Amino acid sequence: MNDLVEVRAGVYRDSVSLMRVSQALAALPGVSVAIVAMATELNVGLARDAGFAVPAATPGDLLVAIRASTDDAVQEAAAELERRLAAREAAGAARHEDRPPRTVRSAARAAARDAAGSGGATVALVSVPGEYAFLEALDAVEAGLSVMIFSDNVPVEQEILLKDRAREQGVLVMGPDCGTAVIGGAGLGFANVLGPGPVGVVAASGTGAQQVTSLLDLAGVGVSHLLGVGGRDLSAEVGGRSAIQALRALDADPATELILLVSKPPAPEAAGAVRDLGLGTKLVTALLGPGQDDLTTAVEKVLGALGREVPAWPCWPAPPGAPGTPGSECRGPLRGLYSGGTLCAEAAVIAGNGEFTDFGDDAYTRGRAHPMIDPTLRLEALDAVESGVVLLDVVLGHGADPDPSARLAPAVARACGRGVAVVVALVGTDGDPQGLRVQAARLNEAGAAVFTSNAAAARHARDLAAACVHS
Amino acid sequence: MNPTTLSMLSREPHVITAGTALLGEALDQQAVARTDVDWRPPVPGTAAALAAALADPRRERANALAVGRMVSARPRLAGVRPAREALGLEPGTFLHAGPPISWERASGPMRGALIGAMLFEGLAASPEDAEERLAAGSGITLDSCHHHRTVGPMAGVVSPSMWMLEVADAEHGGTAYCSLNEGLGKVLRYGAYGPEVVERLRWMGDVLGPALQAALALNGPLDLRGLIAQALQMGDELHNRNRAATSLMVRELAPAVVEAAPGHAAEVLRFINGNDHFFLNAGMAAAKVSADAARDVPGSSLVVAMARNGTDFGIQVSGLGDRWFTGPAGVPDGLYLGAYGPGDANPDIGDSTITETTGLGGFAMAAAPAIVRFVGGDVADAVAATTSMYEITLAEHPAYQIPGLGFRGTPVGVDVTLVARTGTLPVVNTGIAGRVAGTGQVGAGLVSPPMEAFTAALAALTDV
Repeated sequence: MNDLVEVRAGVYRDSVSLMRVSQALAALPGVSVAIVAMATELNVGLARDAGFAVPAATPGDLLVAIRASTDDAVQEAAAELERRLAAREAAGAARHEDRPPRTVRSAARAAARDAAGSGGATVALVSVPGEYAFLEALDAVEAGLSVMIFSDNVPVEQEILLKDRAREQGVLVMGPDCGTAVIGGAGLGFANVLGPGPVGVVAASGTGAQQVTSLLDLAGVGVSHLLGVGGRDLSAEVGGRSAIQALRALDADPATELILLVSKPPAPEAAGAVRDLGLGTKLVTALLGPGQDDLTTAVEKVLGALGREVPAWPCWPAPPGAPGTPGSECRGPLRGLYSGGTLCAEAAVIAGNGEFTDFGDDAYTRGRAHPMIDPTLRLEALDAVESGVVLLDVVLGHGADPDPSARLAPAVARACGRGVAVVVALVGTDGDPQGLRVQAARLNEAGAAVFTSNAAAARHARDLAAACVHS
Repeated sequence: MNPTTLSMLSREPHVITAGTALLGEALDQQAVARTDVDWRPPVPGTAAALAAALADPRRERANALAVGRMVSARPRLAGVRPAREALGLEPGTFLHAGPPISWERASGPMRGALIGAMLFEGLAASPEDAEERLAAGSGITLDSCHHHRTVGPMAGVVSPSMWMLEVADAEHGGTAYCSLNEGLGKVLRYGAYGPEVVERLRWMGDVLGPALQAALALNGPLDLRGLIAQALQMGDELHNRNRAATSLMVRELAPAVVEAAPGHAAEVLRFINGNDHFFLNAGMAAAKVSADAARDVPGSSLVVAMARNGTDFGIQVSGLGDRWFTGPAGVPDGLYLGAYGPGDANPDIGDSTITETTGLGGFAMAAAPAIVRFVGGDVADAVAATTSMYEITLAEHPAYQIPGLGFRGTPVGVDVTLVARTGTLPVVNTGIAGRVAGTGQVGAGLVSPPMEAFTAALAALTDV
């Protein structure tokens, strides 16, 4: 064993730096003990206990005591010691490193702190897996923020609890399973690019809301706000808790001249509660179902009420020679392959028969992105159709597939090649990042008939299917 | 506010996003102001308990009340008295740090401290005799300090003849106790029990305690809330660094010590001056009285005690009474004195985590750049340690502020639901005791509490 013991007068280092030096030296090969410390009574005692012959020293001195298996190892350690004592401390200036918040609760505080004066955040958008959405949404409500819950698979009792707390707090819970909202011009979730305008929309249906607002936009009419409430809001259990709050808020909003309520058929209790609100603002409803106005008709009523002209809704008929055009062969039933639940339901009602699948349903989205983001399942279904008529929706806007025709147009072309007639309901506006007319043209060139009105697309598909059956 | 309006309809949009990145990016494309949440799933297996705990209608108000009491406490050092008087301890009764533990399960330093206390109380003739009597258990009662409004650093052993700092909460009226700090090296709290240890304890009872008591009687109570607030601004985090606080305390008390105990003033002041951690025990009693003010609020998920006995790490929660939720105490990750290394370290021990419980210690690391190397590097790491604690705490302390963070209050009041949601454990600074009884301190560093203590408390919140 080789010992190096040294006392250096007047060299002061803080004890923690020295402990780190000791630690580094002790880790060198062959070194069994390394003590580099101020020569306090305690440290000198520790070194003597370890068997080192420490000369007289004062606490202002630096004590070095190294023991290693060979003299070389001791020298190596001594050299390392010099390097470390000489090394300037890396300047660890206090960076106010902004760590991202880990919860909505913490984000709400951070936003309030960083945006002091502007009042902090206005709304939270929660899209975490459904079993955790309640935690984050409740954070928002407790922080006094309205919240849009994009997540689905949220238990209904949690939805009711959130909506009751929100009402006490004077905030709105949009969702769960709320696909779209436009608040103060900001599109949340799947949102089309809409201009400002007089129509306020309350929607228990995401794609239904996108259809009506897109058509209004095509007619040159903007929206004040679009408040989603979640597909279950007007059920008997939830009782329209959020719809009632949203309708009242739009009623009180000076920018809103007319309110359009879009929903699947509400439970009678919920419908009654909504009806009895006594709003001061004119209300138009689009409640889907047999005997009810379709979404396009509801939009036309809104335009009428506003004294605006109803335009011809843009459409692009299938190119000559494509399946479904005069003279082409067509055999088989109607299949609806939808990404939007409300659009699917509307089309099924108009078509009367045919086999309709909503790929946005919870059953298809568990552990997988919404078909408006990930079209894989729907494309597989389209590729499997051998004959007849296929009706499908393509929804544009923020949040949706940035270029849906890139994968869909080739699949449409393949389907047309198999003799399948393809009809597309294209929901979007000229402002949407994907480009309404670019998408329409590509799908149309691939052989599809393209409509901006889902109702018109469904009627066309119904008529084609009827012709197929009769041919 | 008109209950029918929604403020978001009339304000410039600013969206908090949690979840799918795509939806956040869609907002960025629209140039909408946004605060993104770095969301990750909670600790596995806690989703149902979290939903149930958060749904408890009492929780939000209960937590606001509990943490409000914690941060509004006004601890004052009121006196110094023997434990037998202050706590009514009987001979043979020993308090210890952490959740309750038996001699059989006690670790080396805990056993060493108990042996030392037996010798100090004259209940054993030798260490071997003490060990036999403690093992036999007859006439011996062990109990947790926390069950007696008391905290003790490291082994935290309190016996009837030890003198205690008495801290009173001028806001809520509570009282808490902590022993007097013995200094560094071979000391009872690290499990040393040699003659010098017992001798020092006797001097503390004969000279130090009475002198401080007389000085406090003359000076009046010492405002610890104000002192701690100042020390934080002078580079202490009040757990592993107490240099500023000790200096301030000496400055406050020195004249009174000289006046009240002229014959002993020099040795008393020299003893206090020679120990940078002398204030720690007063700070711990201040933290204890503040945490106790937050106890027993039904529905509250606020942690009111974190403590280790060298074997178990335990927590108590405001809404769950005196129940302990425990997991195995971890071995601290730290730096070692002399020739000691990790192999010499005992698992985590001591009630000094009461400082972290009330937003000091590891939670206030950003205030103490001088000791940042304990957290593994530079000042940025210390800032990161403190800022991460805001994620799991309910409040920011109104009086305890960190200059380097723009005088932001320290993160205070750990919420077990936030620990489970973020998977972030409290950052705990600690001394490291030698695992062999009698060794004393071997180092200092950082330790992580066991997650199961927090998830067990979370589960219990949903059972009541």
